[in-house]
This record gives sequence, structure tokens and C-alpha cells, in this order.
Amino acid sequence: MRKDGSAVPTSEPERDAGVPPPLWLLAELTYACPLQCPYCSNPTDFDRYRNELDTAIWTRVLREARALGACQLGLSGGEPLTRSDLETLVGTSRELGYYSNLITSGAGMDARRVNALRDAGLDHIQVSFQASERELNDLVAGTEVFSHKLEMARAVKAAGFPMVLCFVIHRGNIDRIGDMVSLAAGLGADYVELANTQYHGWAQVNRGVLMPTREQVERSEAEAHRLQDRYRDSMKILYVVPDYFERRPKACCNGWGSIFMNVAPDGTALPCHGAASLPGPAFPNVRDHSMADIWRDSEAFNRYRGFDWMKAPCRGCPEREQDFGGCRCQAYMLTGDPAAADPVCDKSPHHRQVLEAVAATAPEGAPPRPVVFRNPRNARRLRQADPERTV
Amino acid sequence: MAESLRADSVPRLAPACRLQWEEAQQAYVLLYPEGMVTLNASAHAVLTRCDGERTVDEILAGLWAAFPDADLTEDVYEFMEVAREEGWICSAD
Repeated sequence: MRKDGSAVPTSEPERDAGVPPPLWLLAELTYACPLQCPYCSNPTDFDRYRNELDTAIWTRVLREARALGACQLGLSGGEPLTRSDLETLVGTSRELGYYSNLITSGAGMDARRVNALRDAGLDHIQVSFQASERELNDLVAGTEVFSHKLEMARAVKAAGFPMVLCFVIHRGNIDRIGDMVSLAAGLGADYVELANTQYHGWAQVNRGVLMPTREQVERSEAEAHRLQDRYRDSMKILYVVPDYFERRPKACCNGWGSIFMNVAPDGTALPCHGAASLPGPAFPNVRDHSMADIWRDSEAFNRYRGFDWMKAPCRGCPEREQDFGGCRCQAYMLTGDPAAADPVCDKSPHHRQVLEAVAATAPEGAPPRPVVFRNPRNARRLRQADPERTV
Repeated sequence: MAESLRADSVPRLAPACRLQWEEAQQAYVLLYPEGMVTLNASAHAVLTRCDGERTVDEILAGLWAAFPDADLTEDVYEFMEVAREEGWICSAD
């Protein structure tokens, strides 16, 4: 409503005194992906998300979320490059004033497409790597893709983007972060993320294969600090430790329904990308509701908002405003109760489970264990409790 | 920029960064790959003058003119060092 009292609707952003704006929108455009990484956090039934939103609905989603205050946009998936309307959506996001981030494996683009995305207004491309060398990279990805990634990293830089590389870390490559950083430096990267996988989706299925030992984590952390120091003037290095090795949980998404909103390929709106696995009423779909209704008024987004839902020990904990009780999905996964404290916290009566999982990790040098690769066949087999485990 | 700022350095916003007003937050924010930082009035005043043409000295002179009652110099240098280390500003040289 304008100050002159006119009832003509304006295009000014909406403001609600009660609920803060969703600053981040993660648009999972598709779950289709040519890679098969076993650490993928996508749902293990990703093959069922076939009715993808079309361009028109994504455009409305982008517009409505922007009006709510979203300003960081993640274009992700699966592999977002499989969408032929990606450039169109990038153009829309630029017009709307988003800072847009493409999160990609690099598979599905060439130098020409990199330039087209830049011309459409994309702000940044993050290219993933599975390892620092071809053999391990392509083993983990389940397809030959390493050379292409190198080419794409160079194309991204040549196009004038900041070059941001993301290495997903697990026990198979955690001892090689020095090589990863050297590779990144050789490519002229501006930012390197060394992101230890968290154990959701396929990574949960493959947790026994992915989780490093405590000694490996400690060594790699020390190495990461040394590398951060060595490269402090040329490259920003971010190192994320898996939270199973901590005594306090992460402030997951900065709290449920606080600053983050995710839209899955079929239009399901989620407060985090693991939430589809939670029990309870279904999450709302953007086909049926506006983003404002979903963000402010839906039961789902209010379910664990604020502090009233908390039980002991979170309820009375002086740190509750720092970590919001941790991750609801992890609490549900490990305790069966999504309202419980995240057992990563050592105040949780279930913290022992996390310690036991860490202690049960195979020692270094143990023979490789069977892996369930992320693909539609394994998604179907997991539902039948019979996945193909590949060594 | 690898070295600390000097009076004759010419800073500019790093190419990956964008500064814009966010109505919903009622604040200026600095946006960069997968991140943002909310700027208070003085941070905004400094960053908005890092235009790749003005030297640090000229930026300070402009700030004194705009905010005559503030005792700025040390705070501004300190902030610009932080901005440089974070990668928000770089040398236009």
C-alpha cells in the first residue's frame, strides 16, 4: 500500500514484521544427473521426481521469492545444466536482482555455453571435483569426466567469472587435500571449498564407505590450516569438517524457516534439502501455493521455527540461539524424533550413537567396501532393499 | 591486492562482488559467491567509494567532507584492510 493511500498494488517487496526474509533460495531444477556420486545429498528416491516444474512456474517462484527478500539464488540439482531453459532462468534472475550461483559438475556445458550463461547474467559458477586426479575422480563420479572438468574450470575463468571449485571430501580422498589445493592453484582458482560430505541422502546409505577416521579428520584439518595460510593472498580456502566429529551441532540453515528456502524439481518447498525424509504432514508445493503463503503461513515452515518446539536439553540451553538445536533431519535419522536435539551435540542423550559411528569406522588402509552409486536402478533397488553394491 | 593498502592505492570492488540495496532487509548488502554480508552505514559509505578511480586518500577526503563530525581515518583503514583480506575489494592498478 503506497503512502498516498492509493490502493493500486505496487511491485515493492512485501515486508512482514513477524517472519524474517528467506535470503537464500535454492532452486533444484532437476534431479537428473550424468554422474553417480555416492555422496550425493539428493533423496534416494530421486528417480520419482519426474514431473519437473516448467519455465513458467520457475519464473513465478523466482519472482515471488525475490519479493519476499531472497537475494542469493542457487541453481542446482542433480545437474542443472540438463535444463535447456537454464539461460532463460538466469536472465530472469538477473532482471530480478538476484546474485546467481550455478552449482554444477560441469557436465553439459562447453566454453560456448559458459559464455552464454555469462551473457545471460549469471554471477558465478561453482564446478565440483571428486578428486585431484583422473582415476579416483572418475571412479567416484562413476563416469569419465575429469578432463572435461579441467577444461570447464579454465573456461569459467576465461569467461571472467570468479573460479570457485568444490571438492567433496570423504575417506577416499581426505589424505589428498594438498594435491587438490595444488590443482586448484594451478587452474587459478579464486575460492576452493573442501567440503567433507555430510551424511544425508545417498551419503547416508554410503556412510560406512565415506566416513573418515578421527585421525584422518584431525590431520586434514591441520593440513587445511597450513594451506589456508600458504595461499592467503591468492586463494580463499574453505574447509568444512563433518559434524559427526564435533561436540556441538551446526546451525543447520541458520534455523528452520529462518533464512533458507529450497524448491525441489517437482515443486515441493522445503526448509532444507533433507526435509523430504521427515515424517509428518506433507510439505507444500509451489504449484498450489504462493511462496509468501508457504514461507509465512504453512504448517511445514512453522513446524520447527523459533524455539517453542524444542524439548530438553535444547529448550533450556543457553546455546540454543547459536545452533537452534542442530539439524532436524539428522535428529530424526539418528533418534527417530525430529524434535530431539541433534545427537552431534554432546548434551544429547543420544550422542553416544555418533561416537559409536565414528568409532566403528574402518581403520585407514582397510580394504575398499561396497559402494551404492547414485543412479535410477539403485534408487529402485533401495526401495526393494536390494541395491547393487559395487566394490 | 597482496600487500596492505597505501594512501595512493586505488581500490575497487572485486569483480565477483556486488553491492546493492535490499528492500526486504532495509540495508545495503555485499553479495559474493554463495554469501552476503550486511553493511552498516559506514561500511557502505566506504565501499561505495571504492570505484577503481579514487585513491585511498581521495576516498578519505570524500568521507571527511560527507561526515565532518566523524573521526574516521583509523577506522576506515581498518575496515578497508578487512575488506581487502576478505576479498571484497582489490587493486585497480
